[in-house]
Amino acid sequence: MRFAFTEQQLELRGAVRQVLASECTPADLRALHERPPEPAAGPALGRADPGRTSARWAVLAELGAPGLLAPEAHGGLGLDEVDLTGVLEEAGRVALPEPLGESAGLVVPALAGLLELPGAGADAGADPGKVARWLGAVAHGEAVATVGGVEVGRAGPVLTTAPLDPDAQLPDAVPCRTPRVVASDRADVALLVAPGAGGGLEVHLVEAAAARRLPTPSIDGPRRPGEWEWVPSPETRLASGGAAAVLVGSLVDRGALVAASQLLGLADRMIAMAAAYAVDRKQFGRPIGSFQAVKHLLADARVRLEFARPATYRAAESIARGRPGRAAHAAMAKALASDAADLAARVALQVHGAIGYTWECDLHLFMKHTWALSASWGDAVTQRARVLAEALAGRSG
Amino acid sequence: MDLDFTPEEQAFREEARRWLEAHVPAPGSLASLDTPEGFEEHRRWERTMYDDRWSVVNWPAALGGRDASIVEWLVFAEEYYRVQAPKRVSQNGIFLLAPTLFEHGTNEQKARYLPPMASADEIWCQGWSEPDAGSDLAGIRSRARRDAGGWVLDGQKTWCSRGAFAEWCFAIFRSDPEAERHRGLTYFLVPMDAPGVTVRPIPQLDGETGFAEVFFEGVRVPDDQVLGGVGEGWRVAMSTAGSERGLNLRSPARYTEAAGRLLDRYVGRLAEGGEAAEAATALADRVARAYVDAEAYRLHTYWTASAVAEGQAVGAEASCNKIFWSETDLAIHGLALALGGTGSELLEPGPDGGSRPGEWLDGYLFALAGPIYAGTNEIQRNVVAERLLGLPRG
Repeated sequence: MRFAFTEQQLELRGAVRQVLASECTPADLRALHERPPEPAAGPALGRADPGRTSARWAVLAELGAPGLLAPEAHGGLGLDEVDLTGVLEEAGRVALPEPLGESAGLVVPALAGLLELPGAGADAGADPGKVARWLGAVAHGEAVATVGGVEVGRAGPVLTTAPLDPDAQLPDAVPCRTPRVVASDRADVALLVAPGAGGGLEVHLVEAAAARRLPTPSIDGPRRPGEWEWVPSPETRLASGGAAAVLVGSLVDRGALVAASQLLGLADRMIAMAAAYAVDRKQFGRPIGSFQAVKHLLADARVRLEFARPATYRAAESIARGRPGRAAHAAMAKALASDAADLAARVALQVHGAIGYTWECDLHLFMKHTWALSASWGDAVTQRARVLAEALAGRSG
Repeated sequence: MDLDFTPEEQAFREEARRWLEAHVPAPGSLASLDTPEGFEEHRRWERTMYDDRWSVVNWPAALGGRDASIVEWLVFAEEYYRVQAPKRVSQNGIFLLAPTLFEHGTNEQKARYLPPMASADEIWCQGWSEPDAGSDLAGIRSRARRDAGGWVLDGQKTWCSRGAFAEWCFAIFRSDPEAERHRGLTYFLVPMDAPGVTVRPIPQLDGETGFAEVFFEGVRVPDDQVLGGVGEGWRVAMSTAGSERGLNLRSPARYTEAAGRLLDRYVGRLAEGGEAAEAATALADRVARAYVDAEAYRLHTYWTASAVAEGQAVGAEASCNKIFWSETDLAIHGLALALGGTGSELLEPGPDGGSRPGEWLDGYLFALAGPIYAGTNEIQRNVVAERLLGLPRG
């Protein structure tokens, strides 16, 4: 048993942290917050790279971050989820608005996994050449990928894709709508889950150009959620039947892990901001951080974060090794990380006082991203219900 | 990162499991260790473990241990709690004083004190708190005065767990009243039967004499019963406190084992249907949270153990630990009582014909002390805020 990162993992994470400190500043996040939502679908970027989003993706691509999990043969780094969790924690620390979790943590392993299946995707009609092309493009950072159509409920995956005409029958050639696709306006391609024949499900790879994309206003504007209208077809279908169910199960676990990892970084950032403010800000002639009421708020947040971390790293290790407990482990990590980050946000706001309630103070940039990620891929209560169900099943044998 | 136990760790687990299953007394069959009979029954259990070298597995073989790694020590604790083995009557010695002795003791002191500690021939209590020095530990007033060939101790210690029955006490005294208050302290090892030591047992919440007040009047101790140097008492005590708050005292197995039983109790209530099932359903999220927290504590402990095994020091993070395990313990046992509903305050028949708290009420009473001893959780929050977050001292 060795429950620690390697030197190499710490170095990679350190490099990402250093780069993001200058490449993803609060000013960049503000530029993305203040940019009005685009009225309709269009090219990924309306004007010259607001918030430096394209430049930042290029820098992350240089580090190999989007292709971290991709096999080297497909232009990736061939690393695993334990490497990725540290990188995503750093993404969280700066509230990275780009879909690194979705591209690197969800789409890349999904596509790489399909190529490894015997007779890759043949049953569903997916063209292995096409899958490999997209995998390479996403791994190299040439294409930005996102995910939609599946969320996490107490009883398992919840499918959100629905036909535009409620009486229409999926799967094929019926226009449908997938809500809450993140990075909607900057993604080049999306992995979309849709209901399949006979109550099953399907996974499709949909190019942005083939979809009508409508922005969905969000308090966490830089995350850019949107609705995709698209038409499932044999050409877009990656998997159906059992293969699709396995893929969606994996998305649910991985989604929890990538969100949890980022929430750890967000919590750490907000606690650090509040602690720094508590040292600077004076009332009654002394720093407010010298008052126990303030100390104890921050200490409680620090404690919850301290105990969310190893659980998240364990979930990464479980997914990397394909352990049988990985679903429960990912659920546990998400529950702990969501709670830790929600508490950190709440406490950081309280410690900042009225200034923290303003647009001027940077805190809101991190709070809002926390709210979005905390609610995504199963909130704490949902994930705890999944853990409980799993644990009870385990105890009854 | 590899969370599989090594073949050696796995073999160690299996050996421990076999031994424990063959030797452990039935759960609840010993009298409370806070009674004279129970104390001796628990001492005999420690002796049984010692005879087969299971009482202090992480100590060197020469001192009665097995040179177990820190991970193996955690594995042993998991097996120990799995069979609901008795509370460790030696815990103040083996978990708190022993690491301090290994770090600060002379070779003569280690040879003198460790073996009888391992065999439970000598059981230790802790003499730190005083009536006017609890959270403000550096405010202690008990005095150590230089005298020919040693020291003379005067003063009063209180809340000494197992103080009513223990043979020895590790205690801190003020040896230099002129020095800055953290610098004038010295750490002493004192036999409880020394002339001038008076013990007044104090019944705890459960009515048993779990701790005691100890009075020192002209108690003479030689120089070789000073641990870690004159005036070094605070530094030495903080190393003990690190053990108390951090890895050593509260094995995660205590919480994971109890959390597992909590789930069984929850399922049992669901199966009853009706009001019991509805009450249980209303508590579902809190039950899940207690279970998740116990697991988070286990993972954090293995995470810390790996860091320690690679030579990193555990600093103020130990204070995070103490807050977390004590609150998790309370949550688990409080929920178990809540699941029981009406009547959870009732006692059960004990082995001696009397009545005593059942396992959950007993566990709850024990858990209630957690946020108080080893430095209150409020003090721990100050430590976290000041040492981990850099907030100014108040």
